[in-house]
Amino acid sequence: MTQSALSPSRTTSLTGMFGYTFSPVGMIALVVILFWAVVAIFGPQLAPYPVGKIVDMDYFGPISSKLWLGSDYLGRDMFSRIIFGARYTLGIALAGVLIASTSGVILGMAAAVIGGWFDTVLSRFMDAMISIPSKLFGLVVVAAVGSSLPALIMTLAVIYIPGSYRFARALAVNVNTMDFITVARIRGENTFYLAVSEILPNIIRPVLADFGLRFVFIVLLLSGLSFLGLGVQPPLADWGALVHENIQGLSFGSAAVIAPSIAIASLTISVNLLIDNLPRKIRDRSA
Amino acid sequence: MNAEIPTMIGKRLILSVITLLIVSFAVFFATNMLPGDTAAILLGQAATPEAVEGLRHAMHLDEPAVLRFLRWLGGVFTGDLGTSYANNMSIATLIGSRFVNTMELAGITTLVAVPLALTLGITAAVMRGSVYDRIVTVLTIGVISVPEFVVASTAVLIFAVYLKWLPAISFVNEVHSLSDLLRMYAMPVVTLTFVVSAQIIRMTRAAVIETLSTPYVEMALLKGASRSRIVLRHALPNSLGPIVNALALSLSYLIGGVIIIETIFNYPGIAKLMVDAVATRDLPLIQTCALIFCLGYLILITIADIIAILSNPRLR
Repeated sequence: MTQSALSPSRTTSLTGMFGYTFSPVGMIALVVILFWAVVAIFGPQLAPYPVGKIVDMDYFGPISSKLWLGSDYLGRDMFSRIIFGARYTLGIALAGVLIASTSGVILGMAAAVIGGWFDTVLSRFMDAMISIPSKLFGLVVVAAVGSSLPALIMTLAVIYIPGSYRFARALAVNVNTMDFITVARIRGENTFYLAVSEILPNIIRPVLADFGLRFVFIVLLLSGLSFLGLGVQPPLADWGALVHENIQGLSFGSAAVIAPSIAIASLTISVNLLIDNLPRKIRDRSA
Repeated sequence: MNAEIPTMIGKRLILSVITLLIVSFAVFFATNMLPGDTAAILLGQAATPEAVEGLRHAMHLDEPAVLRFLRWLGGVFTGDLGTSYANNMSIATLIGSRFVNTMELAGITTLVAVPLALTLGITAAVMRGSVYDRIVTVLTIGVISVPEFVVASTAVLIFAVYLKWLPAISFVNEVHSLSDLLRMYAMPVVTLTFVVSAQIIRMTRAAVIETLSTPYVEMALLKGASRSRIVLRHALPNSLGPIVNALALSLSYLIGGVIIIETIFNYPGIAKLMVDAVATRDLPLIQTCALIFCLGYLILITIADIIAILSNPRLR
């Protein structure tokens, strides 16, 4: 699927000429990611019980044939809650990373093409934003605007725009010095054309790899905030919130704490491994 | 010594001060975006229009935001941090002892994590490609790519639930002996060490590998120097700068880690104080805590950059 989308670049080397090969680790990682994507999309059809229904008289019930992952602190089915949690974790993170990367790349390319004071002011500002630790930034903004789902998505996006901007700008500045850009400028092309038709195609692959990494950062931050009880609010629950509500179960090793933790870890580790095992040509930062 | 170095360091320091100003403005701006009138929220049921007006005036809320920002900043510099909305205590008192607790936690973690992680990182780089290196790399990638609370709950499961070596939750009030003290710090320090070490190992390994692949190391290999001589005499002195730089950068991960770790272990530090303040929307307290953390982070990355300047052999 990805192979057809990524056309070979003009400077083909011997290894790059015959299509891309994924390592076994990369394949496994891809399978895990696709699995969670399917779970998130078809959640309501897959869950054996309604998400809020109390099905077990006991709280923190053990794993059984009826309750595959035991029950939570109110006796609700953990398996169903994790399936529904996938929607929030993946959905919010995806929305956040889409906004963050799109804005970051647009601003980054604009800074590279326009240059001058626009570039200087924007870059200084973004550098200052980067020096606020992400978790701290999240806490401050959540305190100010609350944690409704749209507010949460915007918070996560704003926190990761500076990183995306810096990455895209560094790539775009390199491309910007090349001859074909000078030629395009002499032809009298406008800024928009330069950014979209000349620079974007040359930085898109490393930007996509960065998109994946940023997705992991956002999943980590979202889970962290939810774990502190400041992210997704009940009755909704993402994986981080599931760990938060069931944390008392930790002292006797309940599956209600361990299962959502494993879910988060499997997703984030898989995305990292997939990016690490991408063919070098896609991953390389120098376009 | 080149005359350029002091100028470069001076420029870097000025940049840090400017960044701090922008950051403190961002923190102030973010906490003032709160929809609704702070005075009305504080007064709650007793919010008559006159009372709200009076409180707004008393809190300087009727002044423009820029003026309030300057007033707040001036207060910070003169040591007047304001009072908490939640319980009217002065913020300096609230933060005082908790700040010491957090610094203790961070300090002990640094003392444990730095030597451990440096050893692992350097040895992994030297034995690059071996089974040992692969195990270290896989473990560090694993720790880096999961949230801190997953690392913490895994550590609790292993050390407190299954092995029963350590208590799961720390209580600072009940310290009677040295062993109590050790047991209290053990879990938070162990988990924070995992989080920070993973970053240090990854960066140190990369720094040493880069040095080991330079032409002069190849030259040393070709002239027949022993492996330990190549590493200790040729490679390490040159990668010292990058390693210390990596250390300072990695330690900035302490700040993210400490927020989660203090919450999960009920540790009475400023991070826990801040999380509680967010839950009660105690804005002056949040502002001050955020500023303390940003300052710590900025100091660490500034040190990292200065070390990078100093260790650049081309400037000597």
